[in-house]
Amino acid sequence: MSSVEISFRINGSEVRESVDPRTTLADLLREGLRLTGTHLGCEHGVCGACTILMDGRSVRSCLLLAVQAHEHELETVEGLAAADGELTTLQAAFAEEHGLQCGFCTPGFLMTITELLREQPDPTDEEIRERLSGNICRCTGYQNIVAAVRKASGRLPQDPA
Amino acid sequence: MKPPAFEYSAPASIAEAVSVLEQHGDEAKVLAGGQSLVPLMALRLARPSVVVDLGRVGELKYVRHQDDLVRIGAMTTHRDIELDGILQDRSPMLQEAMSVLGHVAIRNRGTVGGSCAHSDPAAEWPALALALDAEFEASGPRGQRTIAAEDFFQSYFTTALEPDEVLTELRLPLPKRGTGTAFEEFSRRHGDFGIVAAAAVVRRSGGTISDASVALAGVGGSPLRSTAARMLVGSDGGDEVLQAIGVAVQDEIDPTGDIHGSSEFRRHCATLIMTRAIRRAVDRAEEGGG
Repeated sequence: MSSVEISFRINGSEVRESVDPRTTLADLLREGLRLTGTHLGCEHGVCGACTILMDGRSVRSCLLLAVQAHEHELETVEGLAAADGELTTLQAAFAEEHGLQCGFCTPGFLMTITELLREQPDPTDEEIRERLSGNICRCTGYQNIVAAVRKASGRLPQDPA
Repeated sequence: MKPPAFEYSAPASIAEAVSVLEQHGDEAKVLAGGQSLVPLMALRLARPSVVVDLGRVGELKYVRHQDDLVRIGAMTTHRDIELDGILQDRSPMLQEAMSVLGHVAIRNRGTVGGSCAHSDPAAEWPALALALDAEFEASGPRGQRTIAAEDFFQSYFTTALEPDEVLTELRLPLPKRGTGTAFEEFSRRHGDFGIVAAAAVVRRSGGTISDASVALAGVGGSPLRSTAARMLVGSDGGDEVLQAIGVAVQDEIDPTGDIHGSSEFRRHCATLIMTRAIRRAVDRAEEGGG
């Protein structure tokens, strides 16, 4: 099989790569671009650990072929914080509300919630839980993740909406 | 695991896609959203020699409203449908189905055409298409053709499409105002593959049900248009007829058990889920909405 030339933007930068068509986008990000913040859990779209944003929309990078990213705009967890390392409101809320323990699922949650808060800056608890239902966490029991989202959307972390 | 090697084709038009498929026959597979095909390839249950990616065929992505008909391009995503304002208003059944179809990240990539062409027995779109008497448009080397939903879904992962055809459009007749519609699905966790699902479309005239169309997913190799549900027509849509339908449907279904549910459990679910969907559709028909 022959390589395919692709180009796309990732976290604001233009990238050109030559890829084997069977390479998944997740593997290109992690192994080709050394952006290992995007994680592989189940590799069949269920766990959400591989979630990134493509053209602003959450997608499972394990279910995308790298070649499908050609001419699209990608955002990964590495692109959230500012260049000087300052955390986003959402990341800071996760830290403050203990919304992570091992951190394996966290990048996927952050990208999923980034999409949610862009669409709906003040989501209800039901909307938060609905949107988070596609990301699996084995450590936290989810309550502190929900609290972090509440906090990031400007509410007190313990107050349901 | 990772997908095995293949040749990759990214046509820019339907005609170009057809040409590639014609060249390679059943060695080629169409890639739409990839939410079913990519996992299958990663598990090596599918090993096409050529993958034809429709992602650059812009002419396949649209939702066109024409009075009571909605024409959906095959590459339209589930999320596009979920967010369509007119469909939100005219068909709660579609919204209910989209809300249980995977999760937002899956719906952002998965397509209506892909779901129908893949024809997983548990899939939502085939049941919706049957319940609404949809039509499919396919394009191939022999030209274009229209396929009725009742002829389209043939068996497990098998449709009327030939290997050299591309599914281009789904035409959905929208229920007239006053029709009650509902979609109900049982799954173990929210967003999981459905065990059994039911799409119900019900019309009232005065105090009785004047028309009813109910389709089930997960009860056999392909979605089922329930004959038992036709007992609704001429009835009051109440508990007694619902119970009779729940019993009669057992003769129409042939669910195969697997690790997600035994055939006995699926039979139990079929009656339960179908009854819930019909009841909600009947209630909505009474309220004059749906």
